[in-house]
Amino acid sequence: MVMLASLGLILLCQLIGEAVVRGLGLPLPGPVLGLLLLLILLMTRDRFTLLARGPLRNDGVETASKGLLAHLSLLFVPAGVGVVQKLDLLASHGIAITLVLALSVVVTLLATVLTFRLVSRLLKQQDAR
Amino acid sequence: MKDNPFSLWVYLSQSPLLWLTVTLLVYATTDAVSLATRRHPLVNPVLHAMWIIGAFLLLTGTSYTTYFAGAQFVHFLLGPATVALAVPLYENRKRVVASIVPMLVALIAGSVTAVVSVVLLAELAGLPRDVVLSLAPKSVTAGVAMGIAESLHADPSLAAVAVILTGIMGAIIVTPLMNRTGITDYRARGFAAGLAAHGIGTARAFQVDEIAGVFSGIAMSLNALVTSFLVPLAVTLLVR
Repeated sequence: MVMLASLGLILLCQLIGEAVVRGLGLPLPGPVLGLLLLLILLMTRDRFTLLARGPLRNDGVETASKGLLAHLSLLFVPAGVGVVQKLDLLASHGIAITLVLALSVVVTLLATVLTFRLVSRLLKQQDAR
Repeated sequence: MKDNPFSLWVYLSQSPLLWLTVTLLVYATTDAVSLATRRHPLVNPVLHAMWIIGAFLLLTGTSYTTYFAGAQFVHFLLGPATVALAVPLYENRKRVVASIVPMLVALIAGSVTAVVSVVLLAELAGLPRDVVLSLAPKSVTAGVAMGIAESLHADPSLAAVAVILTGIMGAIIVTPLMNRTGITDYRARGFAAGLAAHGIGTARAFQVDEIAGVFSGIAMSLNALVTSFLVPLAVTLLVR
């Protein structure tokens, strides 16, 4: 029962997220707003024990979420198989596309990780002073 | 058994049940192999499930539409799984708040690099304009990238393929690349994985380290936001 209610709560957060995004024409994906909603809900529950019931009690929604995340990569398989529709394009431009994407992903990984390290090191130096 | 055994195949090959079962079983197998090789980057379960199922569709002459009628039940869970990222975020909120500044700066640097590098490289490679536009949002999760491609009048299904290819390459490359840079800060490593390679990078990050997974999930959500604004801007500035 708790499992069902927990899944229901996750879907409800997504539903509200989608509705708000559509309704207000926001340029962000509905599930991302749903993520924020669930996060706020979990933090409010810690403040007000009144909310700690059903899926918000005894790690209900926490367990259900971890179950979903345990097989996150499986969820990309159906979209990935869509590659079969693009075989013509891949035959003509496949090598160029793959090289462009590979180079870009390496550059992006390095830019992100180096910026993160640089800024956190600068902050630490400032704290030390 | 009916008079024609072939009619059973005709019936099953059109039913969602068969393709849902195939998706789950093939993934369960590739995931088991990945686990048996102690999560070696090249034994990426998504990559191998993709080509095995793809080859199976081509051999049996099944259309992607028929396949997707079954596989959509798995695809649907991408949304709820994004919402579920709230839980690891909540459980590690203290560490996240403590690194908020490096996160935000790295977010801007990474998002700009992701979009600008792919557009410039694609132009340099002489790819057609609609392909360049479809590749531009490749670092964000599939649903968002398809929306961006649509708003640019590019090809959403090509955008989805670019997203998956980017995710797989990012997931394969991230561990060896980061080991070579000598960076052992799993917050930074995870954040980079999620930013550059969205959900597939996040799935990889969770395999390596829980903290890396959390930061990867945050990067993926934030990047979906920033990229939605960034791609139209970059396209106006950079694409001929």
